Amino acid sequence: MAGAPANAVAAAAPGTPAPATHPFVRRILVATTVAFLTLFIVIPVANVFAQALSKGVDAYVRVLHVARPPEGARLNPAERRKLAAERDQAEKTWSSIRLTAAIAAIVVPLNVVFGLAAAWSVTKFRFKGRSLLVALIDLPFSVSPVIAGLVFVLLLGRNGVFGPWVGNWTWPDPFSLHWRGFALDWWPLEFTRSFTGVIFTPLAIALASIFVTFPFVARSLIPLMDTQGSGEEVAALSLGASGWRTFLKVTLPNVKWALLYGVILCSARAFGEFGAVSVVSGHIDSNDTMPLRIEKLWNEYNNQAAFTVASLLTLLAVVTLIIQMIVERNTGRNVIAAVEGEETMR
Amino acid sequence: MSENAAAGGAPQRSPAGKAFHSRTHSSRLVPGLPLTLGYTLFYLSGLVLIPLAAMVFKTAQLSWSEFWHTVNDPIVVASFRLTFGASAIAAIVNGVFGLIVAWVLVREPFPGRRLFDALIDFPFALPTAVAGLTFSSLYLANGWIGGLGRHIAGSINGVAGLAGFGEVLSADALSWLSFPYTNTNAGVVIVLIFVGLPFVVRTVQPVLRDWDTEYEHAALSLGANRWTILCRVILPEIFPAWLSGLALAFARAIGEYGSVIFIAGNIPGKSQIAPLQIVTKLDDFRYSQATAIGVVLLALSLLILLAINGLEWWARRHETGAAR
Repeated sequence: MAGAPANAVAAAAPGTPAPATHPFVRRILVATTVAFLTLFIVIPVANVFAQALSKGVDAYVRVLHVARPPEGARLNPAERRKLAAERDQAEKTWSSIRLTAAIAAIVVPLNVVFGLAAAWSVTKFRFKGRSLLVALIDLPFSVSPVIAGLVFVLLLGRNGVFGPWVGNWTWPDPFSLHWRGFALDWWPLEFTRSFTGVIFTPLAIALASIFVTFPFVARSLIPLMDTQGSGEEVAALSLGASGWRTFLKVTLPNVKWALLYGVILCSARAFGEFGAVSVVSGHIDSNDTMPLRIEKLWNEYNNQAAFTVASLLTLLAVVTLIIQMIVERNTGRNVIAAVEGEETMR
Repeated sequence: MSENAAAGGAPQRSPAGKAFHSRTHSSRLVPGLPLTLGYTLFYLSGLVLIPLAAMVFKTAQLSWSEFWHTVNDPIVVASFRLTFGASAIAAIVNGVFGLIVAWVLVREPFPGRRLFDALIDFPFALPTAVAGLTFSSLYLANGWIGGLGRHIAGSINGVAGLAGFGEVLSADALSWLSFPYTNTNAGVVIVLIFVGLPFVVRTVQPVLRDWDTEYEHAALSLGANRWTILCRVILPEIFPAWLSGLALAFARAIGEYGSVIFIAGNIPGKSQIAPLQIVTKLDDFRYSQATAIGVVLLALSLLILLAINGLEWWARRHETGAAR
């Protein structure tokens, strides 16, 4: 009896309206809720934008872009130094935005392919160790971000397990690709910078980001694909469609909302990850992602600039929530809570 | 009976959990198992299992005395105490307020309810560094909320000054309104409350939404008062979901790093959390010590999750057993 109300049949046919709460109690409860959510969510989020714009729109833009002085302008040395410092800061901020976007561009497609493969193998087939596999896919959720960074330091760092092998490996920085022309050789492009080793380079940041964003796509796909079963796929296959065609024309359209949501959640986390990235970045300026840049600006007492970078990430969070609402309307389930909240639920 | 047993397991726990139900699978017809499973295992082991194994491997290289010496260091012990204490307080606060919020969002319509409902997921979507930044600017002594008393006193004096009365209040007359967070670890708790806020709400909400109000009407007609209904009819039904929400909030808070380091004082032995201890040791290139702390943190958080999940499983089982 106690288990009955929670099952779907009872939910589908709600009985009489619930007995009303006493008006006085009701008022207290609503007031508590509004006050709690205002103090802990509304004000902090509004504060990000308020602080970012506290010195006006001009100052907000100057964090990201400082124009060159007009031709022939006369600047005294102090002004010139100030301008150069500002341009330097803006360039660092931009480089953090570029790096973060590049990391997300690497991490998200890899996790999408993995998520689709994992969801397909876990939901379309029954095999030994299947629930263990599902548990292992969830594992990164229960690991502290700092530990996620730590394991890569222990694996790839100087004294790490693979340290002796990867420590001297030199690889080119993709951002330094330059047009050299045909004067020297038949090949016109060249890299002007390179990295040595893996840890404390953008590659390590990408690895750590993959680790922490690992389960998102798989988690948003697995429950949905499990509910849908494989009836439609079997129908398509028995009518002679190939496996790939079945996947592209039957499975993919069925899970498109969940996939979109997994991608959004994965990229939001890839943009916002702090702990894991902080550990493997080695506090080097060129390795700063946006959250690390926020920390550096905060430590330099440049609050308004820190909040400006933070406001960009907050906008991303707002977009995530809006897409979550659209997906919820289309699929009838709260995906974000299903993905984040089910860390241990199986 | 068998159906009841199936419904008592995972599917009931959350709306999406329904999915984990076995259907008739025609595994023989659907292709792609070797490819997808092979890729899944390759990717999983390359990026998650081998790195985690590296940590276990490095721990195995530690001598027992070295391990014990690291973990028993007073500074490290203090950081563990702070991490677990603050996480527990934050989880309990979230347990109380999360229950109220979930109840109001499901049962008490008020203007703006949909907006507040959507806002609950913000802590999931907002990067932790941003959360730490904005909370530390708000709740520390010089922030809007942290210095509320000083701000109010200041503005009253300002208005009085404009009206020509001079200073009405001394600057610290309303200091009881200011939160004395600068030298305490209350800021850590506050930001951990934010981080864990959605878990309890989002686990309790679906249970309340699917709750059949017939039971309340039945209890009312049998002469039970509101308080009895709440304690004897509704709360037992919510309890397992509430407990698992609590466990999730607690587990998330233990591992939290990004938001806490912005607001905490980060003084060794006083206001450093355990993840920060790991980072500090890493920055000093003391890898073995960092590993030791990491292993303890990982083991403790997994153990607590396991324990609370076991408790929850027991509660659910106990309950269905009593109902039969």
